[in-house]
Amino acid sequence: MEKYVQMEGVGMVFNSRRGAFVALKDVNLTIRKGEFVSVIGHSGCGKSTVLNLIAGLLMPTEGVMLCAGREIAGPGPERAVVFQNHSLLPWLTCSENVHLAVERVFGGKESKAQLAERTRAALALVGLTHAELKYPAEISGGMKQRVGIARALAMEPKVLLLDEPFGALDALTRANLQDELMKIVAATGSTVVMVTHDVDEAVLLSDRIVMMTNGPAATVGDILEVDLPRPRERLALAEDPHYNHLRSEVLKFLYERHAHPLAA
Amino acid sequence: MSNVVALKKIEAEPGQAQPARISRPVAAQPEETGYRRTVAPEWLVTGLQRGIPMLVGVALFIAAWAILAQQSQSLPGPLKTWESAKQVFAQPFYVNGPNDQGIGWNILNSLQRVGIGFGLAALVGIPLGFVLGRFRILGDMAAPVISILRPVSPLAWLPIGLLVFKAANPAAIWVIFISSIWPMVLNTAAGVQRIPQDYLNVARVLNLSEWKVFTKILFPAVLPHVLTGVRLAIGVAWLVIVAAEMLTGGVGLGFWVWDEWNNLNVEHIIIAIFVVGIIGLALEQSLLLIARRIRTE
Repeated sequence: MEKYVQMEGVGMVFNSRRGAFVALKDVNLTIRKGEFVSVIGHSGCGKSTVLNLIAGLLMPTEGVMLCAGREIAGPGPERAVVFQNHSLLPWLTCSENVHLAVERVFGGKESKAQLAERTRAALALVGLTHAELKYPAEISGGMKQRVGIARALAMEPKVLLLDEPFGALDALTRANLQDELMKIVAATGSTVVMVTHDVDEAVLLSDRIVMMTNGPAATVGDILEVDLPRPRERLALAEDPHYNHLRSEVLKFLYERHAHPLAA
Repeated sequence: MSNVVALKKIEAEPGQAQPARISRPVAAQPEETGYRRTVAPEWLVTGLQRGIPMLVGVALFIAAWAILAQQSQSLPGPLKTWESAKQVFAQPFYVNGPNDQGIGWNILNSLQRVGIGFGLAALVGIPLGFVLGRFRILGDMAAPVISILRPVSPLAWLPIGLLVFKAANPAAIWVIFISSIWPMVLNTAAGVQRIPQDYLNVARVLNLSEWKVFTKILFPAVLPHVLTGVRLAIGVAWLVIVAAEMLTGGVGLGFWVWDEWNNLNVEHIIIAIFVVGIIGLALEQSLLLIARRIRTE
């Protein structure tokens, strides 16, 4: 087993005006190469903080973070992030948004034609070849998120980090994109860390589900292996007893063992 | 890209009402956003809807002026002023010694001073605003100084200018510079600070170079704020020039106003007021036009 992303004894304390806020405490997590890991928990449990730590957007106040054997010292293109609200630059077309990333990662090594080809390929991968000249405001929310995924994938990251990528989308679009993401990940063999609060999404997509306890001082409560064979079929799984068993395991964790403090 | 296409990317929600179907979208929108998107027949309707009240307003104003002038012995009425204006503008570029030149020269001289002072202010103020907005320490350092200097009346700077430059003309330009720089510094800095964190996160994740961050993220995101600052600044500059020239003399609208006051030629003072107002309006409108052009590129 290759440890690809490692978090060892990671703690995160935010200094706010009202004093120190302990968001994460003693988080230990190892992610293998090519693995799809979901981080799930109630809102406010620090799951996005985990992602931002791996992304390097935040630095841990305690513990060690490694990616591919090297310490995570800041953000970098080898850990691409798909943000919840797509974060496309509105003054650039879809193609230009993707190209910005491609240029940054491969600009020194490849010709202009190769860079343009990479941009085209990334957009084709998410099925948006027809929209490459459109601006973000001219396309739907689902398409924007696909551009965000294309931008991240175009960098050929070691780890793809998804921060509730489909949270802002309607149920049908979300299901579509989940299916597409599964295909893309299967094709590219990406290592993926996804933050979500959607139990079905977590079970459908993941190899393992990391369940977080409630904050403050949240940590990894339990890790569930999702040993469903791939490729997975949404409709077939709905009837699958094992799928439903896994699903209820996550639900039990979230609603019995670690019910949301407000709901309890 | 057509206008419609480019405009949409700035608006928050594509699902908002279609302006083409609203009868008075232009009037309803604040000038800040000013996205005009009217089609030909609507254009005529909107033009009339706005134009007629405008004409009525101007007519009422002139009528009130005429009535006031009739009550007063010293205030010339609209007709008298009009006759006088025809003479003034009949020969705009005569030169009759250093203290008696045509209105055209006065306008051009004032515009030149504003142009130089304002141009220098933009050259210094916009980059300064970027730096102060981008680097928090510098912004915090500059904050108290700017807070103290900004509310100072522009003319209070005139003696400093006279002292340093030992001449009236550079001193007037200095006053324009120092009074028009603040809106540009502050608006640019505020714009830089108000860039959504998401865009900056994108920059960090992509590990973009500082130059790319500037050209691809900071500059496009801040441009509307910069243009607002520029527009406010040119308004201030034009506001200040008349007062500055009254004190410094030379050729210019401010000096002309003062000179005509000494001659007790009230018609000319009123003409000067109109000229100053119309040019100020034209400056502002042309900047709005530029802003719209750039935003709809």
